[in-house]
Amino acid sequence: MKTGSSLEFSRNAARAQADADLQAALEKLQRDTRTSRPAVTGRLPEFEDLRDRAVAIKNHTLAHLDHYLEQFEANVIDAGGKVHWCSDADGARETILQICRDADARTVGKGKSMVSEEIHLNDHLIENGLDVVETDLGEYILQLREETPSHVVMPAIHLKKEQIADTFREHHTTLDPDRPLDEPKHMTAEARTRLREKFLAADVGITGANMLIAETGSVVVVTNEGNGDLTQTLPRIHIVLATIEKAVPSIEDALSIVRILARSATGQEITCYTTFATGARRAGDLDGPEEFHVVLMDNGRTKLLESGFRDVLRCIRCGACQSACPVYGAVGGHAYGGVYGGPIGAVLTPALDGIDKAWTLPEASSFCGSCEAVCPMRIPLPDLMRRWREIAHREKLNKAATRRGLAIWAWAAKRPKLYRAGARFAVAALRLLGRRKGRFQSLPLAGGWTAMRDLPAPEGGTFVDRWHRERGA
Amino acid sequence: MSDRSDILARVRGATGRTENSGPPPAPAYANHPLIPERARGTPADLAARFIDMATEAGATVDRVGSLAETGIAVARWLRNNDLPDDIVVAPDTSLDAAGWNEAAGLSVRRGAASDGDKVTVNSSVAGIAETGTVMVAGTPGTPYTLNFLPDTHIVVVHADDIVGGYEDAWAKLRPGLETGRDLPRTVTLITGPSRSSDIERIVTVGVHGPLRLHILLVGQANGEE
Repeated sequence: MKTGSSLEFSRNAARAQADADLQAALEKLQRDTRTSRPAVTGRLPEFEDLRDRAVAIKNHTLAHLDHYLEQFEANVIDAGGKVHWCSDADGARETILQICRDADARTVGKGKSMVSEEIHLNDHLIENGLDVVETDLGEYILQLREETPSHVVMPAIHLKKEQIADTFREHHTTLDPDRPLDEPKHMTAEARTRLREKFLAADVGITGANMLIAETGSVVVVTNEGNGDLTQTLPRIHIVLATIEKAVPSIEDALSIVRILARSATGQEITCYTTFATGARRAGDLDGPEEFHVVLMDNGRTKLLESGFRDVLRCIRCGACQSACPVYGAVGGHAYGGVYGGPIGAVLTPALDGIDKAWTLPEASSFCGSCEAVCPMRIPLPDLMRRWREIAHREKLNKAATRRGLAIWAWAAKRPKLYRAGARFAVAALRLLGRRKGRFQSLPLAGGWTAMRDLPAPEGGTFVDRWHRERGA
Repeated sequence: MSDRSDILARVRGATGRTENSGPPPAPAYANHPLIPERARGTPADLAARFIDMATEAGATVDRVGSLAETGIAVARWLRNNDLPDDIVVAPDTSLDAAGWNEAAGLSVRRGAASDGDKVTVNSSVAGIAETGTVMVAGTPGTPYTLNFLPDTHIVVVHADDIVGGYEDAWAKLRPGLETGRDLPRTVTLITGPSRSSDIERIVTVGVHGPLRLHILLVGQANGEE
């Protein structure tokens, strides 16, 4: 499935809903999530307190981010690494390409990194003659299919195993075409063999970072497959691409966040591998990269830091909001157009791509609050989406009919007596007109709404009347 | 330097700080560690929890009375599971007295792992009861690749080194820690074998790292029967 633009959300969503395979995959994700996350968080009575603590850690770090970034940088240099500061995507792409060129690198192995998706790093390196291979199983499948991830931690969640088997047969042409590829374990074994060659051949390994520890200059990378570890240890050069909000002050702070990350992301107690890497290979070491580079990128984060959207910088990319969101569950990640789908995408994409290119995304929410309820970092996602709606409205990006309707409503809402009289009249009229069927299948001026469902005819009076009656006011 | 100073200037502008603001006061939460209750208990409790949680995560656990019996236990376990008896053992001196010579049939090489090595044995910093996690360090004596290249990864954990929580394991590396250089180059928390659920959310093991994680627990924790 190809990704449409964010502005085409409605069209993308309609296409997604007609895709039976996608619907089956999303249903399974939602079903699994409903049981796995509560099971693992329920076992840890301290989970809610850990969330509060993680929020406090990130808020403190963001409020003093300059200090922690400088401390992190000094420690990386002290441990024999290099730090490259990049204001935007262009700068980061060029910096990484230059490191590869300086090392005469030809092949690059990549760990899973959403930030690299954000800056379209692979395309840039490939255009410049490098051979780039994604090593996370899901990302590898997507690279072969020329698709983008549809979920932050389960990138290939939109695919059925039969589709993946076909992709492997199409691309792994040196293997027996009749080999069994019925089960995930067959495909996993095949990818293991294929990617092991790539790990061994790679000159450069690029990973993201889950956290950057200021007090030691350590980079924390969390994986289940172990691909992040092979990526950062076998090649001669390790490049970490991270955005500035990944900093945390201390090892213990990182450990608190480790305790909530996997539980929120996949419903595991902890991922299989959590590695803290500090600097390049040292005297006496038998393995490890000769060069250790950290590309520290802003790409819009400082703008979020000074705006009313600072809370979103606490995000640890666990994907819990996506798995829990009924809208994401109905349309999948690709419908959102940007790199991040679901509620986090509805807040981040307008910031990264511009609200004029993504005003449709914060509209795609019923504000049910599921995302905020599961977000380990307690990011007020519905509030932030509402804030984007306000901005879009102010900049006249939303539909003229919506703005006109809102203007009429606002005019009336500022005149309470008139408003209540109007509401009483409308309720009485609807009750009278709908008394036979009890519902309306179509209504003038509300065709968009009644096209999908019936409007029940009102029973009783208006809310305000009833409020006054029952409160005796 | 311009991107660096630009980014820092924007951060300071957004947070109301200046170049001279200095380090922030320690945050209030830092004085109140939050370690889960399940990381507490007597050494015997923690050893039992470590074994339970590691097993739940897909590792296997075998016990030996003393380090000298390790070689024989490794050979027996490999044979029972039809696994190769060519093994690579970490050069670390802590594994010198593990009785490799007494283990009939084992072919032992000491060093880092390379591609094609099927079985490796590494030592550990700690076993962590909280989630059945093993902490390994990447040092000259305990090369990082030992943990990731083989199909079968065996880790030696001393019962005395079992701790409750992640912080307790890190406390072993804390003394004398002033900068990152004082840490091992890598520190890895390993919980079960390599796995993925990327295809239809069905769990498969042995994606890039080991298919099997075998923990050899040496000795008794204080108070264990």
